[in-house]
Amino acid sequence: MQLEPTKTLSAEPVSPAITRRWAGLRGGGPLAGLILVCVLGAMLNENFASLDNVMNVLTRTAFIGIIAVGMCFVIISGGIDLSVGSMAALIAGTMILLMNAAAGAGWAPLAAILAGMACAVAMGAIFGLAHGLLITKGRIEPFIVTLGTLGIFRAYLTYFSNGGAITLDGSLNSAYGPVYYGSWLGVPVPVWVFIVVALLGGLILNRTAYGRYVQAIGSNEQVARYAAVEVDRVKVLTYMLLGICVGIATVLYVPRLGSASPATGLLWELEAIAAVIVGGTALKGGAGSITGTVIGAVLLSVISNILNLTSIISVYLNAAVQGFVIIAVAFFQRGRK
Amino acid sequence: MNPAVGFQQVTKRFGPVQVLHGVSFAFEPGRVYGVLGENGAGKSTLMKILAGYEAASEGSVEIGGQAVSFRGPRDAEAEGIVMIHQEFNLADDLTIAQNIFLGHELTRHGFLDEREMARRAEAAMRSVGLTCSPGRRVRDLIVAEKQLVEIAKALSRNARVLVMDEPTATLTPSETDRLFGLIAQLRDRGATVLYISHKLDEVERITDEVLVMRDGRLVAQRLTGSVTRHQMASLMVGRELSDLFPPRQPVPDGAQVLLRVRDLQVPGWAQDVSFDVRAGEILGFAGLVGAGRTELFEGLLGLRPASCPAVEIAGRPWTRRSPRSAARLGLTYLSEDRKGRGLHLRMGLAENLTLMALEQYAQPWLAPAAESAALKQASEAFGIRAADGVPASALSGGNQQKLALARVLQPQPQVVVLDEPTRGVDVGAKRDIYFLIRRLADEGRAVVIVSSELLELIGLCHRVIVMRQGRLAAELPQDQLTEELLIAHATGTH
Repeated sequence: MQLEPTKTLSAEPVSPAITRRWAGLRGGGPLAGLILVCVLGAMLNENFASLDNVMNVLTRTAFIGIIAVGMCFVIISGGIDLSVGSMAALIAGTMILLMNAAAGAGWAPLAAILAGMACAVAMGAIFGLAHGLLITKGRIEPFIVTLGTLGIFRAYLTYFSNGGAITLDGSLNSAYGPVYYGSWLGVPVPVWVFIVVALLGGLILNRTAYGRYVQAIGSNEQVARYAAVEVDRVKVLTYMLLGICVGIATVLYVPRLGSASPATGLLWELEAIAAVIVGGTALKGGAGSITGTVIGAVLLSVISNILNLTSIISVYLNAAVQGFVIIAVAFFQRGRK
Repeated sequence: MNPAVGFQQVTKRFGPVQVLHGVSFAFEPGRVYGVLGENGAGKSTLMKILAGYEAASEGSVEIGGQAVSFRGPRDAEAEGIVMIHQEFNLADDLTIAQNIFLGHELTRHGFLDEREMARRAEAAMRSVGLTCSPGRRVRDLIVAEKQLVEIAKALSRNARVLVMDEPTATLTPSETDRLFGLIAQLRDRGATVLYISHKLDEVERITDEVLVMRDGRLVAQRLTGSVTRHQMASLMVGRELSDLFPPRQPVPDGAQVLLRVRDLQVPGWAQDVSFDVRAGEILGFAGLVGAGRTELFEGLLGLRPASCPAVEIAGRPWTRRSPRSAARLGLTYLSEDRKGRGLHLRMGLAENLTLMALEQYAQPWLAPAAESAALKQASEAFGIRAADGVPASALSGGNQQKLALARVLQPQPQVVVLDEPTRGVDVGAKRDIYFLIRRLADEGRAVVIVSSELLELIGLCHRVIVMRQGRLAAELPQDQLTEELLIAHATGTH
C-alpha cells in the first residue's frame, strides 16, 4: 500500500536508554558468570582447564543442554514442562526393551539400534503432542499436566523394570557404545549433537516465522491470537520439539550406562529449567535466547564439575547448589519487567 | 474551606528527556478544571506527580502555599488527592467492597469489620449509581461498572482533589450524565476536580476552566465559556486545525460486496446479524457499551463461540472461521483493546508490525533488514514517531494506535474491521487516522468502523448500523446521520 507521508503533530519523548542497558546486561550476564566460574575452577584445580576435563564437562552438558534447548521454546511460549526427567527415563527403558527384543529376534545390531533410536525420538514427539493437546485443547495448566505425567512416566518405567534396572543386551553394547564414547575431530559425539541441536534451535527461534510466533505468544497470548497467530498449533509444536529433544538426549544417554532404572533422569527437569533461567530467559515467557540457554547449561555442569574435582562443597550437594543458583538468578532478574 | 493545591516550578526528566519544563499553577477549591493536551504533552506526568505516583525532578507540589513531598500515592491520598486511572487499579478477584477499602480496611477488635465496610461501600456505590451488591467480585463486572467502582473508591477516601483521566471512555451517555452530576456535587462541596479528556464536548459541558499543555509547558489558561471547541483544539496542537474529516467519495455503483454476513449468532451477545459491505464503502457500527458490537466481530472471527451459516469474503465462502483464515481470505480486525489485544507492548516495533504478515518476510529465514525497511516505510506512511530499538510500550497512545493500524494493514486485507480506531488518541493523531481510513476506502477496500464516538461515525461513514441489545436496531444512510437519531436508535427511544 502506498500512502503519502502524513505530518506528525505530536513529539513524544521516549527513553530507550534504560531498556537497552537491561538488554545488554541480559546478554552479557550469563557469559560473565560462566567465565568467572571457569577462572575460579582453574585456580582451584590444575586439572580443570585440561582438554580432557573440558570435553568431559561438555559431554555431560550435552544431555541437559539438548533438553534445555527444547525447554527454552516451551518457556518462551509461556509454558513449562516438569516431566522431562521422567520422560527420558521411560523412553530409555522402552528403547532398551525394544532393542533387546529386536536383537533377540535376530536383527543385526545396527538395525536394532536404529529402530531403538527412531522409537526414542518418536516417543518424545508423541509425549510432547499429548502434553500440547492436553494444555491447549484440554485447557489445563502446563504445570499440572506435566506434573501429572512426571509421576506417570516414572511409575511406568518402575513397573516395566520391576523396580530394578532394564539392561541393554550385551551384544548391542559394543555397537552402541561409540554414540556416547566415540569422537570426531577430537570432539565427543554427544557434543557434536549438542552443537547441531543448539544451532538449529537458534535458527528456528530467531530466524523463522514459527520462532517469532513462539515469542509473540509468550509475550502476550491474547494479542497473538488477535494477530492471526495459530496459538494452539504453535504451542503444541513447542512441546513436541521439547519431546524430540528429550528423545535425542536419551539416545545419547543410553549407551553411557547401558541401562535404565527408576533413578534415570532424576532431577533433569530442575537442571534443564535452571539452564534456561540462568541463561536469561524469563520464566513468564516472551523473550529468551538459545545462546543464553547453552551458556546456562554449561555453567551448571561446570559448577558440578568443580564440586567433583575439589572438596570445598560435597558433591552430594550438587542439586542444592543448582537450586541456589536458580533462585539467585531469579532474584537478580526481578527488577526487569 | 479547602486550601488551594498547586504546582511550583515543577520539572520532570526521564533520563535525558525533559517532559515538564517548570510548570506552576494553583487550583482553586470548588472548581472543575479541564486539562487538555495532545498525547505526550506532559499532562499525565503532571497529574501523576500531583497524586504521588511520580516525584518531580525539581519544584514541588504545594498545599495552601506549603511545599509537600509525597513518597507515594498513599501520602497524596492522606492529603485528599486521589487519581482515577485510565487503566483500572482494581484487584479482579476481590469484591467491590474489598476493593474500595483495599489498604484502608476497617477493623473491630483486630478483625476485619466486614459489615461496616459493606455498609459504607454500598453508600459510596449508591452515590455513583451502582446498584449491585458490594459483595460481587470485580471480575464479573462490565468495564463501565469497574469505572464506577474506581470513582466510588475515590469518594470513600474523602477526596478533595480528584484527578480523572478519561473517565468516560467506557461509559454510556446516561452513565456519563450521572458522572457529570456527581462531579457537580463534588464541586459544590468544595472539591477540586481535574478532568483529563480528549472529548472536547465533555470538557465544554463540565469544566469551569481549561488548562492547555503543550510540550511540557502550560501554554494557556482560559475560562471554559470564553473559548470554542475549535479554539481549544487549536491551542492543543499550537496551530490552526484544518478540517478533522476528509471529504467523502460516494461508493461507486455496482461496487463488489467484499464482506457478506448472514444470520450471525453470538450466544449472549448478538442475534440474527446480517449485513454487507462493499468495496470503497465505510460502514459504521454504533451502539451503547454492551450492545454487542465488539463481541459480534469477535464472534465472526472465531475469537468467541458463534455460529454463522454463511459468510463470504470477496465472494469466497469463509468456513473455518479464525483470525488466521480471515487474514488469508483478506479480512483483518483491529481490537478496541490496544494494550490487551492489539499490540505486543514488550516486543520491538518491527516485530509488532510484521507479525500478521510474517510469511512475506520468511523465505524461509526471516530477514531483519526487510523488517526494518518495512518499519521505516510504515513509520513514514502512518506518521509513527519513535526512537530506534524501543519496545512498543515506549510509544505514546497515538503512535501505538498507528502502529496497531499499520499491523492489521500489513497482510494487505481487502476488508478491514477497526474497533474504536481512535480511542485514547489526541486530536492530531485522530485526524491522521481519519485520513488514513478514507484512503483505505478510496483504494477500493471495504472498511468497517466500530466506534462510540458518534461524531467520528457521522464524519466518516457512508452508512451506519445501530446495534441495541445484540440486534441490528437501525441502518442509516449518510444523509440521515445525526447524533440525536443515532442515540435514539441506540437507546430504543426512537
